[in-house]
Parts: sequence; structure tokens; C-alpha cells
Amino acid sequence: MTTHAPQGAPPSGGKQSLNKTESNMVLTGVRSQRTVGDLFRRPETGALVGTVTVFIFFAIFGGAQFLTTGGVASWLNIASELALIALPVALLMIAGEFDLSVGSVVASSSVTLAVVSGVYGMPQIIGIIAALAVGALTGFVNGIIVARTNVPSFIVTLAMQFALAGLTLGLARVIAGSTSVPLTPDPVFKALFGTLINGQFEVAIFWAIGAAVVVVWILQMTRAGNWIFAIGGDSQSARAAGIPVPKVKIALFMSTAIGASLVGIIQTMLYNGAQTGSGQSFVFNSIVAVVVGGVLLTGGYGSVPGVILGCLTFAIVNQGIYYTGWNSDWAQLILGILLLVAVLMNNTFRRLALSGGGRKAASAAKGA
Amino acid sequence: MTTPLLTLSDVSKNFGTNQALSDISLEVNPGEVLCLLGDNGAGKSTLIKILSGVHKPSSGTVEVEGKPVVFDSPKAASDVGIATVHQYGGTFPLMSVARCFFVGHEPTKGVWPFKYFDKKAAGEITVREMQKLGITRVTDGSRLTGALSGGERQSLAIARAVYFGARVLILDEPTSALGVKQSTHVLRIIMHARAQGIAVVFVTHNVTHAMAVGDRFAVLIHGKKADDFRKGERTREQITDLMAGGEAMAELEAELAELTGPVQTTP
Ligand SMILES: Nc1ncnc2c1ncn2[C@@H]1O[C@H](COP(=O)(O)OP(=O)(O)OP(=O)(O)O)[C@@H](O)[C@H]1O
Ligand SMILES: [Mg+2]
Repeated sequence: MTTHAPQGAPPSGGKQSLNKTESNMVLTGVRSQRTVGDLFRRPETGALVGTVTVFIFFAIFGGAQFLTTGGVASWLNIASELALIALPVALLMIAGEFDLSVGSVVASSSVTLAVVSGVYGMPQIIGIIAALAVGALTGFVNGIIVARTNVPSFIVTLAMQFALAGLTLGLARVIAGSTSVPLTPDPVFKALFGTLINGQFEVAIFWAIGAAVVVVWILQMTRAGNWIFAIGGDSQSARAAGIPVPKVKIALFMSTAIGASLVGIIQTMLYNGAQTGSGQSFVFNSIVAVVVGGVLLTGGYGSVPGVILGCLTFAIVNQGIYYTGWNSDWAQLILGILLLVAVLMNNTFRRLALSGGGRKAASAAKGA
Repeated sequence: MTTPLLTLSDVSKNFGTNQALSDISLEVNPGEVLCLLGDNGAGKSTLIKILSGVHKPSSGTVEVEGKPVVFDSPKAASDVGIATVHQYGGTFPLMSVARCFFVGHEPTKGVWPFKYFDKKAAGEITVREMQKLGITRVTDGSRLTGALSGGERQSLAIARAVYFGARVLILDEPTSALGVKQSTHVLRIIMHARAQGIAVVFVTHNVTHAMAVGDRFAVLIHGKKADDFRKGERTREQITDLMAGGEAMAELEAELAELTGPVQTTP
């Protein structure tokens, strides 16, 4: 305690010009010290290790087929559809909430599009808007219930998952008389959502890249990103700091549901119709991808590159197994082990990130 | 007589049937440290939650510069310059110190939709403000807050309150988890804020800490204001007795004497 500011120092209220020279000196001195150690303090380091490991594993055991364009396309397609849901789910999880209703949102949006444009014959743009509206509304309802009541989002969205699945199935049977509703996509929309580039790569890959850019911008570069971290870190303190916690949460629930709607639209255009049971696997797959990607299950920590790596890891295991010639049952086993290892590894990396300071820091890192 | 910055008149708060505060009247003046003393569950945290807009009083009024106010949210309180560092939390362990410092007040650059959080400026300001308060170990705004010591974290929270123009700084037991050295540091920061004309409300169990920095004192017992005095008007023993509930302390001593045998005062 030697550099105490003089008593006569001007009150430091609000905007002051920076003392450039002084602070720059300090900062450059530190920047040059960045080392390999810092790499291990990033949230996505564990995820990167995971992706590289499974890639090498299947490159060895999957044979040459795994590395052909067809092989690459197979897991890129899976990863892209998953990323469209997992990216917003990651934002939501960083803010400390879950969304288990994404599965039913995929199905209900898909069925909505097929019913509006297939059964009722309305222009497909109307069907698409209706599908997105179903997602937006579902997300809004999830968000407002979580924000207004103290019911955990785990329960609220689980209830939504069941209710919406039932509603979709019921209405599909009443309106279309079947659990599968066909639709012949307009060429424009087929090209935008459901075409296979080079006969192999889904356009969803571009949607996923777009989504990743938007999400990384929001999380890392905007005020809202800082609010998301703060809400997940400690929502009471975030509220006390003047952050509109309910609004942010509602927006996040809407974004996960809209991501799921987009996947519903993509699948409808890709497979020329809707199935009431489609999309249910996204509920757990998105959580696996996000957690493997280094997002803390209890909120407050995570990164977009990590989540993308998580999606890739999931997709590589999911598809790579077919190239090994082994029974695909083993993929589930690998994913299960991977999830556990990822969480343990991420805990270690987070503890490292908190190291270099007080002893108390380590205790904050405990618990996934 | 100038009007006090904050005036509480007959403020009560009940949670259901639990009367946490009854008829509390207090004044907070600029450049003064008001120490709120009291045992666990006395209602200290509840009182400051009313001042900081977390709870609304069940009855009674809060005035800012003589004008009655009702805070609908913590933001409403912080808008009039009341900054609070709550007992648990206030900083986010897994966020960088710069992100933490600017939560809710992020500086931005550029135009919408490309308006972005100016993390460079945030980092520089954070490091500078913390260094002003003697936290010289933090030289990089991207350090995680969780890697700071308890005292450094308190300092970060206080630094941000002062930086964002707090007129009233409320600290709920800022020294309770700290060792001697770090407590001294926080006390020094309190005096620093006081010297800048900020009104400080300092909640503590520790009579020594209170006596070191306090100008005025209020003791709460079971939600009631048991005493209210200025610096030098009470001895340390009187304050300790009050906090322990007066007679309770004498009783305890008698009890202990029974258990351990009479205390030998002369060899
Ligand atoms: N949100 C709440 N709901 C119900 N009762 C509450 C609530 N907050 C506080 N109380 C009750 O009000 C009383 C005063 O609590 P408060 O937290 O203000 O005490 P305190 O003086 O800050 O104690 P400590 O020194 O332990 O922090 C306690 O009996 C407590 O149980
Ligand atoms: Mg308390």
C-alpha cells in the first residue's frame, strides 16, 4: 500500500480522459508476457483437445473414407444443424438457464411450415414466417415464465417440450390427418434452406457460419454479451448493477427457439416435408455439444469457438463411427465418456484460469 | 443545518409475519461514515437493501436531499447515486476484472448495429482506478476477478462504485471475510471515499473497524434501533455490550464463570 492516491485527488466521477502514457506502459509490459500458459486459461482449450483427439481417432480407425469429401460433409452437415441450436443454447446456458424445449420447437416449426404451405397451399414465405413465429412465441412464453416466476428453466422448458410435442402431434393429425406432412419446396427456398451443394454439403453450413459470427459478436463485442456473463455469474448482483435481467433472459429464450425453428425449416426443405417426431435428439445433443465446448453448466463462463468445437466433436463421433465398420452403438458410449472427460478437463482448465491469485479463487472453480 | 443526503423516517419492513425492521430513523451526511452495528439477523442487510432499492419499506419514508423517494429497482437507487456493495457478491469470479468493473455501464464505440463494447478503454480505466486504490498487482484488465484476493475484490467493487459517481457508498460487511492487512486496506479506501465527500454506510460486526473509521454509529437489535451516537460518545465496552444485547453479555460471563470456575483476577 504505497501508491495511495493523494487525498486532494479530483473525484473520479464518470468520464475522464485516460492517462495514456501511464496505462499503456503497464499494459505493454504485460502483453509481452503472454505465454503458452495463457492458452490453457482459455475456455475453449479443452474443447480443442477433444475435437483434435476424436478427429485423429476416426482418421485412424475410420480409414480413408472418413477423410473423403463425402466423409467430411457427413459430419459438417450434422455439426451445422446442431450449431444453429447449440450456439443460442450456449448463450442461454452462460446466462444460467436451460432450454429443453428445442426438440419440440424443431418439430412444431417444421409441421407449421408444411401445414401452412402444404396443406393450406399458402405461399411458402408465409409458411416460413409462421414457423419462425411459432419459435419466437414459444421462446417468449418460456422466457416470461422463467423471468416472472421462480420456477427453474429446466422444469419450465421440459414442460414446454412435452406440451408442444403433444400439441404438434394432435394438430397434425387433426389438420393433415397424418404424422407426416409433405411439402414440395419452391426452388428459391430449396436453394436457400435445403439444397445439397455439390450433392453433399448442406446449405445449413452457411447458416451456421452466419449464426456463429452473430453470436460471437454479441457475446464478445457488445454490452449485451457482458450482461449475459454477469447474469450467469450472479443474477442478483447483475440486477443490482442495473441490468434488465428479465428482458435479456426472454431475448435469449427467443433466440434458442428461433434457432430451433430455423433447423425445422431447413429439415422441411431438405426432406420435402415434416415429421411430427423430428428434432427430439437436439434436446440432449445441444447440451452435450455446449458442455463439451467448455460452457459452465451453472452459467457465467464459456466461449463461442468452444461451442463450435463441441458441435464438431459431437458430429465427428456421431458420423465417424459409421466409417469404422463397428456397430454404431459404440458412438453413444464414446459420447458418454467424452462428456464426462470434457467436464472434468474443463474444470481443470477453469481452475488454471483462476490461478495466479488468491487462494480463495480455486474454490470458485469447483463444480461443473 | 443542511439537509442530510439520505433520511430514513420510521422505516419498517416485515417479511410475512417476520418483523425484520421496526421504526428505524437515520440520517446519512456527505463526507461522513455511518456505521451500522448489530448482531447476526439484527436487520442490517435488510436496512441497506431498502436503501439500495432491493426491497421496498413496508412503512415509513426514505428521502434523498429532503425529497421522498420510492426505489422501484436497484437501478433507480443507483441513478440517484446510491451504490451498494452487497454482503455476498457484487463481483463475478469468472469474468475479467475489466468486464466486472463495467457491468451495466459498458463503454461503447461505433454506431449501431456495429456499436461495440470498448474493452481496451475498459481495461485501461479498470487498471488505473484499481491502482489508485493501491491494488498494484493487477496490471491487466483481462485477469479473471476470481483470481483476486477477497480484499482486492472488495476494492474492485468499491472502486467501480466511486468511479461511477456514487454519492452514497453502502458496504455490507466488507471486512468480515478478510485478514488484518486486507481489512486495513479496505478501511483506508473507506476513508479515501469519505475524503472525497462521499457518504459511506459501513455495516460491520467488528467494533474496532467501526471505531477506526466511523463518524456516526447506529446499533440495531432485533430490527430496532437500540442506540445512535457520534464518534467519541461511547466507549468500546459500551458498544460491545450494546451489540451483544447489553445484559446478555453479563449473563454470558456469569455462565462461563460457572462452567470454568471463577476467573482469577489477582495472582
Ligand atoms: N428475503 C427475506 N425473506 C424473509 N426473511 C428475511 C429476508 N431477508 C431477511 N430476512 C430476515 O430478516 C432478519 C434480518 O436479516 P438481515 O439479513 O437483515 O440480518 P443482518 O443484520 O444483515 O445479519 P448478518 O450480520 O448475519 O448479515 C432475519 O431474521 C432474516 O431471517
Ligand atoms: Mg447481513
